Amino acid sequence: MAGRHEDLTLRQAKDRAPQRGLSDRESSRHMFHRRTIAAALLAGAAALMPGLAKAQGTLTVYCSVQEEWCRPMMAAFERATGIRVAMTRKSSGETLTQIRAEASNPRGDVWWGGTGDPHIQAAEENLTEEYRSPRLAELHPWAVRQAEQARFRTVGIYAGALGYSFNQRELERRRIAAPRCWADLVKPEFRGEVQVADPNTSGTAYTMLATLVQLMGEEPAFTYLRALHRNVNQYTRSGAAPARAVATGETLVGITFLHDAVTQKVNGAPVTIVAPCEGTGYEIGSMSIIRGARNMENARRFYDWALSAEAQAIGAQANSFQLPSNRAAPIPPQAPRFEDVRLIDYDFARWGSAAERTRLLQRWEREVRAAAR
Amino acid sequence: MGALTLGRIALAAALFGLLVPPWHGLEHGLGDWPRGEAAPLAALLLDGSRWWLWPVAGLLLLVAPPLIAGRAAGRLVAGAGLAIAAYIFLQGQAIGLRGLAWPALAPLFGEPGPQPALGWGGAVLLAAAVALIAAGAAMRGRFGGDGFVALLVIGSAALLLLFVFLPLATILSAAAVEDGRLAPGALAARLAAPEAWSLACLASHQGCGVVWNTLLLAVLTAVLSTLIGLAFALLAARGGVRGQPAFRAITLLPLITPPFVVSLALIVLFGRTGLVTTALWEWFDIPRSRWLYGLPGVLLAQVLSQAPIAFVLLDGAVRAIGPSLEEAASTMGARRFTVFRTVTWPLLRPAIAACLLLGFVESLADFGNPLVLGGDFDVLSTRIFFAIAGARHEPGRAAALALLLLALTLGAFALQTLWLGRRRYTTVTGKGDSGVPAPLPRGLRLACGAVVWPWMAFTATVYGIILVGGFVHDIGRGDMSFTWRHIITGFEVEWEGGPVFRGAAWDSLFTTIEVAAISAPLTAGLGILLAWLLARQSFPGRAALEFMAMLSFAIPGTVVGVSYIMAFNEPPIELTGTATILIICFVFRNLPVGVRGGIAALAQIDRSLDEASATMGAGALRTLRHVILPLLRPAIVAALAYAFVHAMTAVSAVIFLVSARHNLATVYIVGRVEAGEMALAIAYSTVLIVVMLAVVLGIERVVGRAQIGRRAAPIRAGT
Repeated sequence: MAGRHEDLTLRQAKDRAPQRGLSDRESSRHMFHRRTIAAALLAGAAALMPGLAKAQGTLTVYCSVQEEWCRPMMAAFERATGIRVAMTRKSSGETLTQIRAEASNPRGDVWWGGTGDPHIQAAEENLTEEYRSPRLAELHPWAVRQAEQARFRTVGIYAGALGYSFNQRELERRRIAAPRCWADLVKPEFRGEVQVADPNTSGTAYTMLATLVQLMGEEPAFTYLRALHRNVNQYTRSGAAPARAVATGETLVGITFLHDAVTQKVNGAPVTIVAPCEGTGYEIGSMSIIRGARNMENARRFYDWALSAEAQAIGAQANSFQLPSNRAAPIPPQAPRFEDVRLIDYDFARWGSAAERTRLLQRWEREVRAAAR
Repeated sequence: MGALTLGRIALAAALFGLLVPPWHGLEHGLGDWPRGEAAPLAALLLDGSRWWLWPVAGLLLLVAPPLIAGRAAGRLVAGAGLAIAAYIFLQGQAIGLRGLAWPALAPLFGEPGPQPALGWGGAVLLAAAVALIAAGAAMRGRFGGDGFVALLVIGSAALLLLFVFLPLATILSAAAVEDGRLAPGALAARLAAPEAWSLACLASHQGCGVVWNTLLLAVLTAVLSTLIGLAFALLAARGGVRGQPAFRAITLLPLITPPFVVSLALIVLFGRTGLVTTALWEWFDIPRSRWLYGLPGVLLAQVLSQAPIAFVLLDGAVRAIGPSLEEAASTMGARRFTVFRTVTWPLLRPAIAACLLLGFVESLADFGNPLVLGGDFDVLSTRIFFAIAGARHEPGRAAALALLLLALTLGAFALQTLWLGRRRYTTVTGKGDSGVPAPLPRGLRLACGAVVWPWMAFTATVYGIILVGGFVHDIGRGDMSFTWRHIITGFEVEWEGGPVFRGAAWDSLFTTIEVAAISAPLTAGLGILLAWLLARQSFPGRAALEFMAMLSFAIPGTVVGVSYIMAFNEPPIELTGTATILIICFVFRNLPVGVRGGIAALAQIDRSLDEASATMGAGALRTLRHVILPLLRPAIVAALAYAFVHAMTAVSAVIFLVSARHNLATVYIVGRVEAGEMALAIAYSTVLIVVMLAVVLGIERVVGRAQIGRRAAPIRAGT
């Protein structure tokens, strides 16, 4: 019944249309015009956008340092060469996994940044390309040694020491004694107040793992880590995130590289930086070209450019205070110097190997992560 | 369109695909077409590098003369089309990136080199093959001999098979594969793994199995959001309150908010250094804790997002209850509360059940909130994500967890169908009963008010934070000085002879708008066409087609994302890392809403219009174009707007599918949140919301409203 009623009124509407000023056909043509204009606009916009920057070619970079450093680095490279860079930021452990997953059909060209251990493991698993840059002669010996250990499939681009930081204001309010050593972090007053990254995803946290093993011996190290686990409130995905959490007060203590904490301190946060008294490890941030890269030429250009002194000076401007590997690059005054820190003799070749790294991570997952809090 | 015409068009398309577009996917642009990487199939055949594809050309040659002459047998044409499509697929599977993948065929194929994925040429030829199948079927008399209908049915069936069914099958098989071999034992082990089902949390401080976590969260969300929605609905419809616009505004919010933005605002309010937490600490010395990160926080965020949807559903249901039954009860002497308890409540029960199930399913599929606020509380969707994209790449484990999630979701839908049948409780019929509904009993009204007003204030605060947070210095630390800093970090534009978009967020914003703008019309178009097929045409396999079209509604986004990267990662169909896979993912995920909306709208258009058109000799295509589509404009607008908004706010499926070159806004925001850059994340979310509002309003204006004339023409007496 209702259907037929609508039917009739529809016909009436059609009959009445000429009296209403615009006939149905004219109004539908009007509609058609509007729609074609809109469609043309949309299509034009859609077609225009990819063509907005068709230049010297493209490059895909997997960046594993903080995004505040990744962005200006890629922008500077784009400005210097006109090559359009597509970049994703992921922690070094995640990037290694991604490269491994894509191995049969690589999508990335360069892996820039991140601690050295995953790079060495990637080199061992034949995921990265051998390349001897002409700039190797300009680098510090530790950077060249990193390249040699990986048979020139990777190279050192910066170095930084491990440690932790705490929020000074919070600490004073709580009236807790300032920690100075690794052993202080497992005390009961820090229950639920420590933050560190997940060693599976973050190179920073894996460096901590390997450092403790080399410092204390494997069994005592795992006892320590189980005790620390009770004090940890969250295992973050990114290595530098605990430093930011300390700066805002989200957590009391954050275990990161010292330069991550310096970044927060120069922004005015009430952060105190500690190089642990027993001794600590360090990282050699690295860069690798992915085997089977689709833009090999551009990848090599980026590699050489990233090793130059001008490129390495961008870090300091981006508030990243690692020690650059090019001897001519200026060392930012706020960067923590290795002379002021008690360093262990970190065996990169051993702890970057696939076997050791996998074994250590699995043991950590089994004995520490799954343990009760 | 006649069957023969369709056949000829298909043949022409096939010849075009053979001769012109590059057969394989392009890496470096068209380069030196017709040679090299961009060579069409004809060139590849002639220079011998793809000699095994001669059968394709042969089949086309077989079919061409009868079609051109007009004496083609339907079986021949359909068979040829089917053979071409099947052959192209099979040879793509057999000869992949590393040469011959099926060693059994070595004596036949020898040592073919590696073969990249199919490109435009392959796609055109496959489409032409499907059209040939349709033409053949129509020639044999199926689909009423109408070529257009045949093409639509077979074409949409092919698309759905390829992009809905194939990924699902891939993920099913991936769960049973270990180290490259089929291992059903591994499947059983993964499905029953303690990480999924352990009950350790009841006894100790360890976490529980992830399935229990998911179920607990889903049940709590469903119950709480339904109760709050019910309070809202009762108060709005029967409470006699003023301020109806406020209620209307609340219903709009979840439509335009990206899913995890609520989590952001909650962190700003209740995080360890949140505004409220700090205020409580400074004034009342309540210690600051991280209570928000875990079940309480995720629950709060999900209920905040879900309660408005529950309100909309229940509001319709409450208003649809005719007051005459309640009047009868009160005439017989029952007090107001007894009337409510014995008459109103049972009538509301089906709607409440629908709400509970909807809340349950939405919570299962939610990914953004648990990712941001979950802390140590893992649910299935985040666990699946970390199994693929985290530090340990374990596709088998991810696939098994995805199957568990899928089972839960399908179980909920099955429960809904069994329990509630096919009755719909959400249609606003407009068939109001005469009479005014009785007001709520006083106690109930006070109880509802006690829930509604604070909740509304809370929601307003949360959205206020979202609006304001991007424009103040550091809302987390209470520094409320106005600044453009965050907007500039994200959206800086330099001028060097032309606009150069330097800001960090432009790439993802452009990609998102591009992808959404391309996928929305495709979704709406395909959805309406499918709706027309399902509602107006009858053909064998209609139920199957409907089931397949609606299937993607039931699959959680995480499962879709994982299944797509497993299915389309290698040749012959290699789409991961491109914008195409994003567009396809959006189209097929949002298709069911377009289909449902189209079916509902078509139900209001009488069949006699179709019949009149057919009597005057118009084919299906003409009827569709001139009669149906103009009347469907509201449905088209709704489908376009929904598809666009959902494409802009999707996160759970696409977080697996983005790449360095094609990043999406939501994924970028999640990345910033994890790094602690809250202000930039909130600023970007605000920009997203503004863009969405602008586009939705723009769509409405451009596509326009249908001039159905039902309201305009007065009813003449006597008709």
